[in-house]
Amino acid sequence: MIMGNQAIALGALQAGIGLASGYPGTPSSEIIEYVAKYRKETGVYVEWSVNEKAAVEVAAGASYAGARVLVTMKQVGLNVASDPVMCLSYVGVKGGMVIVAADDPGPISSQTEQDTRLFAQFSKLPVFDPSSPEEAYEMIQDAFDYSEKYNTPVILRPTTRVDHSYASMNIPTLPKARRIEGFVKDTKRWVIFPRTSFLNHKRVFDRNEHILPDVFSAIKYNFIEGMAVLAAGKRLGIITSGISYAYVKEALSLIGKDDALVMKVGTPYPFPEKKALELLSKTDEILAVEELDPVLESGLISICGKYKLGNTVRGKLTGDVQEAGENTVESVKAALVYFYGIRSSETDQAANTPDLPVRPPVLCAGCPHRGSFYAVKQAMKGEKTVYCGDIGCYTLGNAMPLDMCDTCLCMGADITMAQGFFHAENNRKCFSFIGDSTFFASGLTGVVNAVYNQACITLCILDNSTTAMTGHQPHPGTGVTMMGDIVNKISIEKILTAMGVNPVLIVDPFNLAGSVAAVKEAAASEGVSAVIFKSPCIALAQNPGYTVQPKQAVDETKCIGCRKCINELGCPALVFKSAEKKAFIEPSLCTGCSLCSQVCPVSAITAENTEAENE
Amino acid sequence: MSESADKSILICGVGGQGTVLAAKLIAQAAIAKGVHVRSAETIGMAQRGGSVVSHVRLGSNAPSPLIPYGGADVIIAFEPCEAVRNIAYLKEGGVIAVSCKAVQPVSASLSGKTFDAESMITFLKKHAARVMVLDTDSLCMQLGSAKAANTLLLGAAASSSMLGVTMDDLKAALKVLVKPDFAALNEKALAIGAQAAEQTAVPHKSAILPRRQGIKHSS
Repeated sequence: MIMGNQAIALGALQAGIGLASGYPGTPSSEIIEYVAKYRKETGVYVEWSVNEKAAVEVAAGASYAGARVLVTMKQVGLNVASDPVMCLSYVGVKGGMVIVAADDPGPISSQTEQDTRLFAQFSKLPVFDPSSPEEAYEMIQDAFDYSEKYNTPVILRPTTRVDHSYASMNIPTLPKARRIEGFVKDTKRWVIFPRTSFLNHKRVFDRNEHILPDVFSAIKYNFIEGMAVLAAGKRLGIITSGISYAYVKEALSLIGKDDALVMKVGTPYPFPEKKALELLSKTDEILAVEELDPVLESGLISICGKYKLGNTVRGKLTGDVQEAGENTVESVKAALVYFYGIRSSETDQAANTPDLPVRPPVLCAGCPHRGSFYAVKQAMKGEKTVYCGDIGCYTLGNAMPLDMCDTCLCMGADITMAQGFFHAENNRKCFSFIGDSTFFASGLTGVVNAVYNQACITLCILDNSTTAMTGHQPHPGTGVTMMGDIVNKISIEKILTAMGVNPVLIVDPFNLAGSVAAVKEAAASEGVSAVIFKSPCIALAQNPGYTVQPKQAVDETKCIGCRKCINELGCPALVFKSAEKKAFIEPSLCTGCSLCSQVCPVSAITAENTEAENE
Repeated sequence: MSESADKSILICGVGGQGTVLAAKLIAQAAIAKGVHVRSAETIGMAQRGGSVVSHVRLGSNAPSPLIPYGGADVIIAFEPCEAVRNIAYLKEGGVIAVSCKAVQPVSASLSGKTFDAESMITFLKKHAARVMVLDTDSLCMQLGSAKAANTLLLGAAASSSMLGVTMDDLKAALKVLVKPDFAALNEKALAIGAQAAEQTAVPHKSAILPRRQGIKHSS
């Protein structure tokens, strides 16, 4: 059973990559992890770079030296990497470069529904759009060939349902990383200058507008299947790509139709124009079924305009396909039923289900972030504050009852936005909350900006020694690399001190009194201050090697049923027994963090006297 | 790999309950028999206490990794509210293996408006041909492990003979996917789950069958 992201990693290794770099981001994170699994047998160099921009630039250097390189990120990571990506598009590559930018329709785990197919158009890079793990495996290998043949980075753009789906696949033995020629100095080629960029612009335009549309029309990833039978005076066609192709096939079989031409597009840019003309010539009315932006739909409309064709193109722009969110077999079926003009006797038997709980994601039971947020909240009671949050598990600090995330924009923005609040309203206590991985990825320059420009803010570094949200990847503060080396941990405390942050206090977020005192001290100081809340992610702390804390339990003879623990902490392990009017700690969830016992006004919560089952 | 072997299984629960391992075990068991598998799962933010769903499709006829509504032969639910949430996926004649333990979201604990498992299970029984309700908490206690709910429910589902893989297939899959220290425990959990299913599961929908008895038995 091969996960889509594993198939992408295996395909890249099959293509002989010598280097893989990336920054974690759902749904792309597993690719680098799978590459690392095979590093010994293939000799590939693999790293988690400090952010996506660094990842692309590291890869660019290796590509200039002749190595095939893989770079991975999620769609919003491509924005961080856009500076080198836009320039590489002009300069080109030597060793093939494939940038995997994973899109997240829904969005399921992202800030936006950005469409990388449009980013590819904007950056003038060819983009491949796989519809299954099997296709992704083949596509990425071909993408490396196109990258070298046409002297350009190529984007592979899977979506969540390809990344995180599994399929049965047989994978042949992996080859060793390719031998490389080495860097050959050539300033005309490798130094980007206005004059060379003008010439490269012409070259890239010609390739994308005149060569690749024909080349791509003939490759196996763009095909037309089925046949259009004249029905009610119209010949129907469907154009689709990515996972939506699978939904279209399933939905057509569900409604029992096989009389439309289906064009599957594997290269949304450059658009396979000849293939599209074939579709347009054989059909009258076409439905575009795609996720995110109407890229295929607009592509067809533009060809209709160019060749003065009278086909009707329907899709998102005409309101026939949902404009946002993830497609499903159901949504595609509904669109097809409408497209076919089928009068459905079948009414949605949405049975009257009982009221169901809404389950927004929450901080785990025992999460150290809960202690950090609660301490700041307690320390700042009655003060005028703003809490600028960031991307990571700790965005979930926004949930009730903590309610400790007033803003969240993009990676690193907590630190810089807090400064903006300060300069606009200097009677407000401005806090920024940033995780350790995000701090290294995009927090450093923001701190320099704060110190230099004389802001008065308090940084709260939520240091759980990992990149938790995306599945516990190492980072510069953890002292391990993807090559398996143990290296010096880069100290956040020393960095902050060196930048001029003062004071820099380090506390254990599960020591409530100590944390509250530290926050008060930091918030009272002038300039940029910091509190580093240090405690490992609870998911890590349950592994061997960590001390297991005894679970907490409520003494029902002491509990007065005031609900303070529940109402203030919002821990998933705390529930209220309404019959007894007592708090109860779910033993299967409690990790023994003891925060609730520090909050209980009558000392009713204590560690259970279990025989030490630890160690 | 015949067409009739095609099965779709939906596994649902609350992030952190172990739905992913259950999905992997079914997939592994099927692949070992040469059956083509497609599956999809929830990874990322929802893993932190949100509703999570894994889709597993066995056989060669499913183009999509996601099951359409009315397409699941079996729903394995780690939590009764989640079973109700996903009921639209159940095929006519499909079965449900469900834990009777409701997991309250933090928002419910805050508002005091909690969800009770009983009404969820009653609803399921009205809408499914067969519902196997497992008291996973007490069965786990019996097993001496708080983390066996997934294999208990799998065992129950396998006993329905609608899972597309047998108990023996699952035992073999356990050997591949679970650390040897836990294989014996999980094997036992499969058996206990199947046994519990036998005791609690009574067909409901068919009006001919003694429906009242069914409700009495399983509550």
